[in-house]
Amino acid sequence: MIYQFAQANLVWLIPGLPLLGFLFHAFLGKRMGKSVVGGIATAVVFASFAISVYVLMGLMSHPEELRRAQVSLLPGSDLTPWIEIGAFKVNYGALIDPLSMLMCLIITGVGGLIHLYAVGYMAQDKDFSRFFTYLNLFIFFMLTLVLGDNLLLMFVGWEGVGLCSYLLISFWFEDTENSKAGNKAFIVNRIGDVGFALGVMAVFATFGTLTYHTPQGSGFLDLAAKGIAPAIATAIGLLLFVGACGKSAQFPLHVWLPDAMAGPTPVSALIHAATMVTAGVVMITRVSPIIVQSPIAMTVIAVVGLFTAVFAATIALTQNDIKKVLAYSTVSQLGFMFLGCGVGAFSAGMFHVTTHAFFKALLFLGAGSVIHALSGEQDMRKMGGLAKRIPITYWTMVIGWLAICGVPPFAGFWSKDEILGLASGAPSWGVVYYVVGLATAVMTAFYMTRLMYKTFWTKQRFVEAGHDAHGHGDHADTEPDAGHGHGHGVHESPPKMWIPLAVLAVLSAIGGLIGTPWANKFEHFLEPSIAKHEAHHLFAPNIGLLIGVFAAAAGILLGRALYSKKMETGELLTAEEKAKNPLYQGSANLWYIDGWAYRTFVIWGGGFATAVWQWIDKILIDGMVNAVAAVIGFTSELFRRVQTGYIRAYAMSMLVGVVLVVAGLLLGSLGKH
Amino acid sequence: MTSVAATFLILCPMAAAALLLLVPASNGRLIRAVALLGAALTLPVSIWMCATYDRSLGGYQFGFKAPWIPELGVSFHVAADGISVVLVLLTSIIITAGVFASWGLQNRTKEFLALLLFLVSGVFGVFLARDLFFLFLFYEIAVLPMYLLIGVWGTSSQGRTKEYSAMKLTLMLMAGSALILVAILAIYFQGGQTFDMDDLARNGVPAQAQNLIFLAIYVGFGILAGIWPLHTWSPDGHASAPTAVSMLHAGVLMKLGAYGVLRLGLEIVPNGFAEWSYVMAIIATINILYGALCAMGQTDLKYIVAYSSVSHMGVVMLGIASGNSTGINGSVMQMVSHGLMTGLFFAVVGLVYERSHTRDVLKMGGFAKAMPGVAVCLTVGGFASFGLPATSGFIAEFLCFYGMWLAHPWLALLSVFGIVLTAFYVLRALQRIFLGESRVENYPDLRDARSTEWVAITSLAALLIVLGCWPKPVVDTIGSALPKQVSSRSVAASASGMSAHALASLSSPDEPAERIRVLRQPVGAADGRSGRTGLRADAQNERVLVK
Repeated sequence: MIYQFAQANLVWLIPGLPLLGFLFHAFLGKRMGKSVVGGIATAVVFASFAISVYVLMGLMSHPEELRRAQVSLLPGSDLTPWIEIGAFKVNYGALIDPLSMLMCLIITGVGGLIHLYAVGYMAQDKDFSRFFTYLNLFIFFMLTLVLGDNLLLMFVGWEGVGLCSYLLISFWFEDTENSKAGNKAFIVNRIGDVGFALGVMAVFATFGTLTYHTPQGSGFLDLAAKGIAPAIATAIGLLLFVGACGKSAQFPLHVWLPDAMAGPTPVSALIHAATMVTAGVVMITRVSPIIVQSPIAMTVIAVVGLFTAVFAATIALTQNDIKKVLAYSTVSQLGFMFLGCGVGAFSAGMFHVTTHAFFKALLFLGAGSVIHALSGEQDMRKMGGLAKRIPITYWTMVIGWLAICGVPPFAGFWSKDEILGLASGAPSWGVVYYVVGLATAVMTAFYMTRLMYKTFWTKQRFVEAGHDAHGHGDHADTEPDAGHGHGHGVHESPPKMWIPLAVLAVLSAIGGLIGTPWANKFEHFLEPSIAKHEAHHLFAPNIGLLIGVFAAAAGILLGRALYSKKMETGELLTAEEKAKNPLYQGSANLWYIDGWAYRTFVIWGGGFATAVWQWIDKILIDGMVNAVAAVIGFTSELFRRVQTGYIRAYAMSMLVGVVLVVAGLLLGSLGKH
Repeated sequence: MTSVAATFLILCPMAAAALLLLVPASNGRLIRAVALLGAALTLPVSIWMCATYDRSLGGYQFGFKAPWIPELGVSFHVAADGISVVLVLLTSIIITAGVFASWGLQNRTKEFLALLLFLVSGVFGVFLARDLFFLFLFYEIAVLPMYLLIGVWGTSSQGRTKEYSAMKLTLMLMAGSALILVAILAIYFQGGQTFDMDDLARNGVPAQAQNLIFLAIYVGFGILAGIWPLHTWSPDGHASAPTAVSMLHAGVLMKLGAYGVLRLGLEIVPNGFAEWSYVMAIIATINILYGALCAMGQTDLKYIVAYSSVSHMGVVMLGIASGNSTGINGSVMQMVSHGLMTGLFFAVVGLVYERSHTRDVLKMGGFAKAMPGVAVCLTVGGFASFGLPATSGFIAEFLCFYGMWLAHPWLALLSVFGIVLTAFYVLRALQRIFLGESRVENYPDLRDARSTEWVAITSLAALLIVLGCWPKPVVDTIGSALPKQVSSRSVAASASGMSAHALASLSSPDEPAERIRVLRQPVGAADGRSGRTGLRADAQNERVLVK
């Protein structure tokens, strides 16, 4: 543990610069030109990247066991409390360790590239400055999430990125569908947040602190590392995992992510592929000292992850929207990461987070470039033949494709294989994990090959936009940026857009080499942040690698065998065959989960809410209130008759009263005798 | 100054109201000026009180006591502790914003503003009174003008006339008042024939009498706090009331109810409080979920906000029912946070209604184009209402839920789902008003906020964020009224084999009971420094409380 190091006083700038960028855009953005807004937005993120690198170098200059520092997030001050109520104390503090710095690099590095890309992509949008306001705010919250030195600050970032995700999904809010997708994302995440919030409470109730590590070793992870009861570890682990399921789109809370593709494509790349959706994996890795003490929680995480991986892959097989394919592929890859966490291979999970950030951001940006070229078209049935038309996009996409399929030596190969290899050695279900995981890898290679065929290799199926500028009216609404202002016809993207593609392509190609099984520098790097846990292979790593290569090849060759015969249409099945095939229908309809959830929770839930209001509030409770009022009104009406105002009536009643009293007294005195 | 401040706060709006009666009705400008002065003058004073309140000392400060009817033990006794000063500041903010919001009112402005200011005097009085006689008097002053304010200046809607709403509100609240009166008289006779709250807190009320007294206090004040199922006056009342009245009512008046339960319950009849706290917690949970469900079923903007108030007041009551410092701190924080956000909500609703002449969200859409500033402010308020971090709502709700987790984990588990439902109706409402297909062209008068409106809504929205990022001043002030919490939990945790203890805190049913038993101990016995212990559950008790 180190608590003083020279670079620490710069840490606040890492989230601070994007925050300044956000404030600048929020208050002045509308008055500035697009070049100023875009320039500042991109510059602050790259500046954060530079500072992150500098801080990381400072951290790495210390010996391994000292690579952990707790520093203030406010400039020029010691640790300052954010909330302090008795023992409940939470600081504006940052934890600097390999895990948080790794994430900082990914967020600001990949994030900066995507900002640059977005400057080109959004160039024609009227809400340019609003877009970058949200985007910088997102970077700020994401950095808060990973840097915070306690669970509550992570929760702040967690909710903050959710907010930005919501704002960016419904960015083109004139389309009701977009804002509905934003709502769906936020509300489904909210269910996860309940778990997270309860997990936070459980941690505080157990340990009396929410800080991860302190110099005195009194952070809750320090305490947990000394050993806690499995029941507590299970409770905390599962509650937090519910939160992770929301943010990282694990079954059954995965339903929001594919709809989130309604946002502009750079958002899909940055938030819904590279960074935010991996927050759940980061969180589980962060609390790994607790997770490893609960075999139950580990098994649940692994099984949910594995199921999500295979489940989402089956859906990705039949989607026609290029972004939906990538979205389900993201859900599936996130499942792999959780599988890694669940078998105790946290660093393998994080390795996949890293490589996935490279190649999935690349694929999304590439898809964005394709959509851009086709003036807003997202349907792969109306693509084809683009390989020669947009060569830079095409070749970078090829690298992304090879990386996600798991072809050596590209990045995805090493990380996916490490997860599968370590899953195979899991104590109870190892073989199942491995076989299902491998099948998913084959499916992945297949659906990605399908995507490449449909987009690039089959015959051209779209009408040249020059003659049909308004033909894509629907999509021009959802992607007005791409639909307007450009010259007609298919066109390669400008340098602002393809330079990020090229950089990400290089990273996707060689980024995995830092984590080869023979010299796993990545695992070694992360070691100080992660709980020690015995994870081993069922067989020698080299054999695993070989099997991995076969799996990738099988998927790709299957795709090639099938699609090379259908170069004209790009369709394997005819419309009738599709209609008759229940498996195809199930997959194309997302296994009916979205529809079911919509009916159950939105329609019936809304009906239930209205019924509660109508029947309980208005009829039952108000009915009783009104009834009481009516009874009082009725009785007072009765008594009102007594007050007639006639003297004779009052005299009469007095007489009756006197007679009654006297009679009563007489009777009473009689009774005594 | 210290001894005058509290009295000044009570008298200032009242004097302005009296002055208003002397101003000719035709002089609209002077009327507004006097009203604004009466409201806004309280602002610097309450800020000054907050700033100079000595948090390290805690307890009641700014005290002033003068005999009133010595034979009956009545004295004009006012003082403020950490909770009071915070709520007093909230009241000043809301009434100032409320006067701004009714700037454009044309119908009998003079009477309206006079009644409004009179009402606020009562609110200040309740928050500051240290004498039960005056507390009740001020309570009635705060509640009664509502009948006229809604009945005369309100609007009818959804088949509910404003007269119906005004009558229902008044009758239900009067029923509550009757219970409060009974409770206060019972306290008076059981507690040594005095109305002075300091004395009552010191002497204590016989334990066997406390159960019934607290029940009367809970139900009596609870009606104003909107406890289920006695909340139905609130949606109709809020929906029918004019903007400033809704702001004040949901923003501040409902807090009087919660404040009464908190103050009298914990200070004077703590045993009764402990006895009923479980029931309170259950009802608060129902409030949270039920209010949110009802809000989901609404399309009238005011009804949505009104039911969300029912839900949020549930959070306040949940924090109180937890009976521990964390929960109570959260509940007062939630009063502040909810006061600010409802003030903002009703101000914006009034603004939208004024320009579009509809409150039906189904008839709106795409308004963000025409009123982007209003959209941003309402979004901030909306996100604060479901407790997004970096807004005050998060701090408040988290503390309330955590307080409940310590007392009854399963209720915390249930009530936290309120944040999902809240997100649901808030986001849907925001989407229906501001996003989606633009219907702006149907509403030619639609435009963004203007000068005074800007001041009102942006300052409220900004406060929500500032308090979320920097809650320390408020939380510390509230905390100084509560016993210091000493957690032995971390100590227990560090002794690694802590499993049994920690597990108990997660699931054990008997630990909460233990906590209540502690609260039930005769109070005041251990600690004579009455000035220092705001809520009478002294530090020593609290230490056991969190064991």
